[in-house]
Amino acid sequence: MGPVNQLIRRLPVWALYLLGAVPAPWFFYLGLTGGLGVEPIKALEHEYGKLALQLLILTLAISPLRRLLGLNLMKFRRAIGLLCFFYVLCHLLVWLVLDVQNPGQILTDIAKRPYITIGMAGFVLMLPLALTSNNLSVRCLGRAWPRLHRLTYAAGLLGAVHFAMLVKGFQIEPLLYLGVVLALLAVRLPAALLRWQTTASDTSGRV
Amino acid sequence: MAHRWTNDLTLADATPEAAFWNRRRIIAGLAGTGLAAALGAGARAEEALAPNTWDEVTSYCNYYEFGTGKGDPSKYADRMTVRPWSVKIDGLVDNPGAYSLEQILGEMTLEERLYRFRCVEAWSMVVPWQGFELADLLNMAGVQEGAKYVAFETLYRPSEMPGTAYKVLDWPYREGLRLDEAMHPLTMMATGIFGKPLPNQNGAPLRLVVPWKYGFKSIKSVVRITLTDQEPPASWNMANPREYGFYSNVNPHVSHPRWSQAIERRIGGGLFAKRQPTLMFNGYEAEVAPMYEGMDLAKFF
Repeated sequence: MGPVNQLIRRLPVWALYLLGAVPAPWFFYLGLTGGLGVEPIKALEHEYGKLALQLLILTLAISPLRRLLGLNLMKFRRAIGLLCFFYVLCHLLVWLVLDVQNPGQILTDIAKRPYITIGMAGFVLMLPLALTSNNLSVRCLGRAWPRLHRLTYAAGLLGAVHFAMLVKGFQIEPLLYLGVVLALLAVRLPAALLRWQTTASDTSGRV
Repeated sequence: MAHRWTNDLTLADATPEAAFWNRRRIIAGLAGTGLAAALGAGARAEEALAPNTWDEVTSYCNYYEFGTGKGDPSKYADRMTVRPWSVKIDGLVDNPGAYSLEQILGEMTLEERLYRFRCVEAWSMVVPWQGFELADLLNMAGVQEGAKYVAFETLYRPSEMPGTAYKVLDWPYREGLRLDEAMHPLTMMATGIFGKPLPNQNGAPLRLVVPWKYGFKSIKSVVRITLTDQEPPASWNMANPREYGFYSNVNPHVSHPRWSQAIERRIGGGLFAKRQPTLMFNGYEAEVAPMYEGMDLAKFF
């Protein structure tokens, strides 16, 4: 992994932001010009949503990749996380503005349709993450920052469940996404248990 | 034979596609002149039922035997062999047997009908079908006294249908109608669109069209029709009875757990297409509502 990590070290983060943002206007352009088929609204919504989920999986994969394969992408984690939020936002905007169109309908849909409720919950969980993805917040929040950013796990799970729930019939693709998310969460389980035990014994020690 | 139902918007379906589009352009050109106002409501009604284009109808399809993506059917359906084709008609009929497509077409009078087509996913199209009334086919087979329902089956041929490698649904795809629905003059078996043979992705060579029900009821590539006295199993109803009822009549007042059915979007409007209200029974209320009199349509959805 040494040479690969060296190559990664040389790649500037701004390049990733630039590269990662390109699909957003590109898909919008395709939608405008017929490149997304005869129903571009749904297609655009799905493209943005799927990109968001892929980026979420990538952020969840960064620390296992380092631990298990020695591949160090840590430098890009914030960029990937923020790009993920950007695509969730694009996905949400297409749904609000182009798809549903009617503000009254939007609230009804959020309340009434479980897959939308779950998707929206995922978005809400990502808000504090996006807002605190800057150096100042990391400094100010101190030990609370990593704890807050464990919300990523919940957001990933909600995003994958949202996808699995919206398809008709028994479809493989969303289940593959859900499987990958669950696997990435599972590898964290031992560490989480350890953390939980330590906290528990800390508390009991104090009493 | 046939012609028992008359379209109230006949201009469009009597006009060849190219000429029809020309006509629309002429009407659009008159806008702003007194003539446009004189054409008035008639022109507007026609506008509302302008057919979708060939590309729209043939490229945006649900036919899960070829994949769950909307573009999969048009990509893979040409693998399906549609010639020779025969339909097995059995159950409570006087003349059961396997009928070849030629045999059936020899007995039927083909006609053209412009119908609204509404998917349960809240999108819609307007399609100029060619075909014949299902009632004529059922009469040919001779419906027996005790028959109450009609069951249909789609071709299941894994070697030509890549989507069936996954158990998205319990193959073969099945659908059913009550006998009065099947005998209704609006219910047709389609063999073509836009005056051309049905493309495979649209359910070649012979498919059901029930315009007041959600699209999945209009089963494609029919290989078997069974008359029965029991409500037959229907694929989507078997997969998720909470979401897909046996009747599946288009009903803006009965919400689907995942899609509001009050509004729909016409395919082909582009990225900024507006939604429009869904009509009760997809606009065929006057014709079909009497069949459901006294039924609680929220319960029998």
